Amino acid sequence: MAIDQPMIELVLDSLACQRGGRPVFEGLSVRVKAGHLLYLKGANGCGKSTLLRILGGLLAPSSGTVSYDGTVLQQHDIPFSAYALYLGHQNALKPIWTLRQNCDALCRIMTGRDAPVERLLETAEHFDLSRLLDQPVRYFSSGQKHRAALMRFGLIDRPVWLMDEPTVGLDSKNRDALAGLMEKKLASGGIILAATHDPVAAAGTDFDVSAFAPASDNSGPFSSAFLEDWA
Amino acid sequence: MNASFAIMISVIMRDVRLGWSQGGTGTMSLSFFFIAVTLFPFGVGPEPQVLTRIAPGVIWVVALLACLLSLDRLYQADYEDGSLDDLALSPAGLLPVVIAKILAHWISTSLPLVLLSPLLGLLMNLPAEGYVQLVLSLAIGTLALSFIGSIGAALTVAMRRGGVLLSLLVLPLYIPSLIFGVTGIDAAIMGLDVLPHTALLSAITLVAVVLGPIASASAIRLALE
Amino acid sequence: MHIFANPARFVRLADKIMPWAVVVFIGTLGYGLYLAFFDSPIDYQQGESVRIMYVHVPAAWMSMFTYMVIAVSSFVALVWRHPLAQIAGKAAAPIGAAFTALALVTGALWGKPMWGTYWVWDGRLTSVLILFFLYLGYMAIWQAMDDEEKAGRAAAILALVGSVNIPIIKFSVDWWNTLHQPASVMRLDGSTIDGSMLWPLFMMAIAFQAYFVIVFFWRMKLEIDRRKIAVLRLQEVSGS
Repeated sequence: MAIDQPMIELVLDSLACQRGGRPVFEGLSVRVKAGHLLYLKGANGCGKSTLLRILGGLLAPSSGTVSYDGTVLQQHDIPFSAYALYLGHQNALKPIWTLRQNCDALCRIMTGRDAPVERLLETAEHFDLSRLLDQPVRYFSSGQKHRAALMRFGLIDRPVWLMDEPTVGLDSKNRDALAGLMEKKLASGGIILAATHDPVAAAGTDFDVSAFAPASDNSGPFSSAFLEDWA
Repeated sequence: MNASFAIMISVIMRDVRLGWSQGGTGTMSLSFFFIAVTLFPFGVGPEPQVLTRIAPGVIWVVALLACLLSLDRLYQADYEDGSLDDLALSPAGLLPVVIAKILAHWISTSLPLVLLSPLLGLLMNLPAEGYVQLVLSLAIGTLALSFIGSIGAALTVAMRRGGVLLSLLVLPLYIPSLIFGVTGIDAAIMGLDVLPHTALLSAITLVAVVLGPIASASAIRLALE
Repeated sequence: MHIFANPARFVRLADKIMPWAVVVFIGTLGYGLYLAFFDSPIDYQQGESVRIMYVHVPAAWMSMFTYMVIAVSSFVALVWRHPLAQIAGKAAAPIGAAFTALALVTGALWGKPMWGTYWVWDGRLTSVLILFFLYLGYMAIWQAMDDEEKAGRAAAILALVGSVNIPIIKFSVDWWNTLHQPASVMRLDGSTIDGSMLWPLFMMAIAFQAYFVIVFFWRMKLEIDRRKIAVLRLQEVSGS
């Protein structure tokens, strides 16, 4: 990993976004250096999940740029869809498949190959799921499903992790397991952005997304076109 | 490039496996195809001449509907459980992934139907001269149906009741494939040259293969926003 | 295109054009109808029913023209993310659907005395019917999505796919039609039109075009007002 390249950073430059005609945030700028963890905070609806989806390349900001390692990431460009590993609210598991099949399928989408066996076993062990590797996911409890979804962070190597509410439904033992994984990632020069009110790993910086809520008289470019010059 | 290809193959295998596992659409469309065709003799009467006359059209129309039935799950299942996010973030890019998913749809729903169609030709009293063209035209034509249908499936992916809208969007676009598919079989039965029909059917399929993934990918990006 | 970039400027422009369009519409419609009913010859084959053509043919032209308007504005909406272009497509669609329905109904009415039946699977009529389905799909997708900006982009994608398909559909229906119909079946539009018939047809075509301009601009203005209200409501809610 990039431990000897401390220059690598993720730069968010004056991002603005609106959903359904309603502005969510604007002028959001922040730099995250390699090995750093940013906790996205703020009230519900302030745009934490939206920001993560923008960073993952799933959602286009209405203005502003995201650059990683000195390159501006273009929407729908392959580098944009390949630098980060994203986990949203849904667990992206197929209930009829076993955990092992699910992990293999995910790894094939992300790398073209099955999950390396020793890594799969190690990650399953880490999240206390070894026993369940060959059970269909449909029999899992919701906590087990969530841990199964978190396994992607142990299976796939991507420099940036984008985690939306990663600790929901985890008991203290598994919280520690997740924290261990995240600390290892940071130590190896990774970047993590996690939207959560529950700091898991110690070395994180808080970042309040709701500080970038737009002034109420300002709509995004799409809607504001209808108010301009309205004599 | 090589990795993209490996990912495409993986996505095809993933979707074919899902399509043919429990709750998948593969078996259901195949059963629908079979049952719906057997309804026609009950509707129009069992006279062999009547069945012969309508056989190519009936088999083609029902194949088209069977394809349509399975389309609304093409992206919706992945959209609902969040794996469409992962597919969109694959290093191969969304476009190859979409092509792979469409091909998987064709392999898991249309290909079995193409292979089964001679049996239905038998039930519908299709003349012996028509069988080769029946299988050929269905094989080429259903590919266009999957590629065009994918656009409708992608546009309606985020809608709770997208299935009805999907048929409204997609069925008019299916008409050219249907026309050349059926006229080709008719020509074969009458002993005429089938090449123009097959060539035009293939041309439409080629247009669909080019246009379908691009339109589908932009519709999926729209849905994921 | 830049002249329309601002909705307010567009509204001012539309307000200038619309009265003129109304004048043109009333003038050409009056004169065209007079010519069509009183001052054009009856066809020796079709008799009085040839007069249906003066409504049918312009309606059929307008059904194609309106789809072109939708396709072009969809392209602009997708490439430049232009809000007015989205609105233009939405405003034009029901007008186009109405023209298409008019072409179908007049075609059927013409068909009854000519073919002895209201509907014949004539190549042109069938193409127009499919065009009508395309309009229905375009309008349905606008209604099916809550987020208007997304609905507009989805509808634009569909309209562009449809515009690529229209020539293919037209060609395939013609091919299908010649295979299944004897060539002697009379076409709705005779390819040899007498000059005395061309003039009323021309007048009616202009009248239809002017009608389109009036209703199209009117609907766009309404839609702009509606969106303005939506934005104000959103501000009201988020401002509290």
